Amino acid sequence: MTTNVPTAAPGSQAAPRRPLPWRRVALHTGLLAALLVMLYPLGWLLATSLKPADEVIASLNLLPSRLEWGNFTTALDGVNDVSIPRLLTNSLLIAGGAVLGNVLSCSLAAYAFARLRFRMRGPLFAFMIATIMLPHHAVLIPQYVIFNQLGMVNTYWPLILPKFLATEAFFVFLIVQFMRGLPRELEEAARIDGCGPFRSFALVILPLIRPALITTAIFTFIWTWNDFFTQLIYLFSPEKFTLTLALRSFVDASSQSAFGPMFAMSVIALLPIVLFFLAFQRFLVEGMASSGVKG
Amino acid sequence: MTTTDIPAATARRTPPPAAGKGAGRRREGAAWVFLSPWVLGASVLTLLPMAVSLYLSFTDYDMFNPPRWVGLRNYTQMFTEDPRYWRSVGTTLLYVVLAVPLQLAVALAVALALKSVRRAKGFYRSAFYAPSLLGASMSIALVWRAIFNDGGTVDNLLGTGGWVTQPGWALLAVALLTVWQFGAPMVIFLAGLQQIPAELYEAAAVDGASRARQFVSITLPMLSPVLFFNLVLQTIQAFQVFTPAFAVSAGKGGPADSTLFYTLYLYDRGFVASHMGYASAMAWVLLIAIGAVTAVLFRTSRAWVFYAGEETR
Repeated sequence: MTTNVPTAAPGSQAAPRRPLPWRRVALHTGLLAALLVMLYPLGWLLATSLKPADEVIASLNLLPSRLEWGNFTTALDGVNDVSIPRLLTNSLLIAGGAVLGNVLSCSLAAYAFARLRFRMRGPLFAFMIATIMLPHHAVLIPQYVIFNQLGMVNTYWPLILPKFLATEAFFVFLIVQFMRGLPRELEEAARIDGCGPFRSFALVILPLIRPALITTAIFTFIWTWNDFFTQLIYLFSPEKFTLTLALRSFVDASSQSAFGPMFAMSVIALLPIVLFFLAFQRFLVEGMASSGVKG
Repeated sequence: MTTTDIPAATARRTPPPAAGKGAGRRREGAAWVFLSPWVLGASVLTLLPMAVSLYLSFTDYDMFNPPRWVGLRNYTQMFTEDPRYWRSVGTTLLYVVLAVPLQLAVALAVALALKSVRRAKGFYRSAFYAPSLLGASMSIALVWRAIFNDGGTVDNLLGTGGWVTQPGWALLAVALLTVWQFGAPMVIFLAGLQQIPAELYEAAAVDGASRARQFVSITLPMLSPVLFFNLVLQTIQAFQVFTPAFAVSAGKGGPADSTLFYTLYLYDRGFVASHMGYASAMAWVLLIAIGAVTAVLFRTSRAWVFYAGEETR
C-alpha cells in the first residue's frame, strides 16, 4: 500500500514493467472523468456556436446535426452596427496598452524594491503588498470622478494609464520575488566594470528577468481581455466597445433565437485567451505556482 | 519538471557591499527614479482616491452637482433603512462561505491526486488550470447562464428546472462557476506539495504510519502556509465577484435579489442610480470588512499555519 510514496527522484530510471496496478488505473480514470465534466461547458459552447437556430432549444443533443457556420457570419456583423474586427481591434488596443504599461512600470518599481536602497523602503514595500489586497471598489468612484474631471471618460485612458503607474502591485511583487532569486554577483561585476544602477538594470537585470516579464505580460493580457467591470463604467459609445462589452448587449436580450450568433461571438472572444494559453501554458502555470510558494 | 524559471527557493539577502558616500546618495536618487511611476500611481490613483471616497461617503453626490455634506446619513440609511443592502451583504457572505471552501477542497483533492501521477502530469495540470483563465470572461458567464437556465443542460439532466431562475438555486450556480476555476489554487497546492521533503514520508512509512496518518501529520501541516495563502487570496477575490452575477441576472441581481452581490448593488447605486456618496460609503464598508476578515484569518493562522524553518524569517 505504501509503495507509491514519492521516493523516486524525478526522471527515475525505467523500472521493470509491472502489470498495471489498479490504483493507477483508477486514478487516471477518475482524473479523466473529472476532466470531462470540467471541459463540458467549453464543449457545449463550441457545439452551440455551430448549431442551427431550431436545434438550440428543441434538441437535447450536444452535437449539432449539421454545422451552421452562418452563426459566425452573423456574429461578424457585430452588435449595434459595430463589426467584430472593430471590436477586436478595440480589445487588442486596450490589452496591448495594459501589457506595455504593466511590464514597464512594474519592472522599474520591482528593481528598486528588490535591489536598491532608499529611505522608507520597508514601510513602502509593506504598503505595496497591502495594495495587492485592496478591493478595487474602494478607489473606483474617486478614480471615476478624477478621470471624469480630466475629460477622459469614454476614452481608453482610464483603462490604460493606471497600468503605466504600476497600480497592479501583484506584478511588482511577482517580479521582486523573481529578482531575489538572481545572484547578486552579476550586478556586482557590472558595477566594478563601471555600470550605474540604470545600466545594470537595462543590461544585466532586464535580460535575466525575461520569464517574469513574460508571465506579467500574459496575465495582464488575459485579465485585461476578460475585464468587464472597468470597461462597463468607462466606455459607453458602441464604436468604442470591446468584445466583452458587445457580448454584454446579449445579456439583456434573453431570447434564445440569438443563441447561435451570441455563442459564436463568445467563441471569438475566448479565442485569443485559448491561443495564449496553448502557447504560454508553462509560463502561466509556473508563474501562478511561484506566486504562492515562497510568497 | 524541466523548467528552471521558478524563482529559486534560496533567495538570500546578502547585504550590499559598502559603497562610497557619494555613490550611496547617487543610488538613493536612482531608486526614486525607478520608483517614480509607482509613487505617482500609489498616491494619485490609490491614496488620494481612498481619501476622496471617504469624504464622498459623508456627502450626497450625483456627479453633476457639487457634493453636499450629509454627515453619517448614508451610513445610517444603509444600516437601518435599506433592506436590499442587507440582502446584498447576506448574498455575498453566503457565496463566500459556500464557494471558497468548496473550491479549495476540490483544488486540494485534485492536487493530491496529481501528486502521485507520473504519466501526463503536465497535461492534466494545464487542462485543469485552463478554466481559471477562461472563467472570468463574459463568454463563460453567458455559457453558465444558458447551462443553468430553464431547458438547459442541468435542467434536462436533473429535472430541477433552471437554477438561475429560482431564488434558492441561483447563488449556487454562481458558486459552482467559482469552483470550476479551482485550477489556480490547485497549481499552487501542487507546487507546495512538491516542496515537502520525501524523507518525511519515508521516515513515517518506516515508523508504520498509515497514508491517512501521513496526510494529517505531514501533508496538512507542511502545506498549511500554502493553504493559508490560497484561503486569503480566494476570500478577498470572492468578496469582489461581479461578472458572473451581472451575466446570470442581466445586471439586476435577480431572481428576487438572490444574486444581488455587494459589488452589483454598489454598481447599481453608484453608476445606475447616481448615488455616488452612498456607493462610496458602501465601498468603505467593503474595504473595512475585507480588512477585518483578512485580519481575522491572519490572527487564526497562528494557531494552524506551520512554517518550517521559521527562524530564517
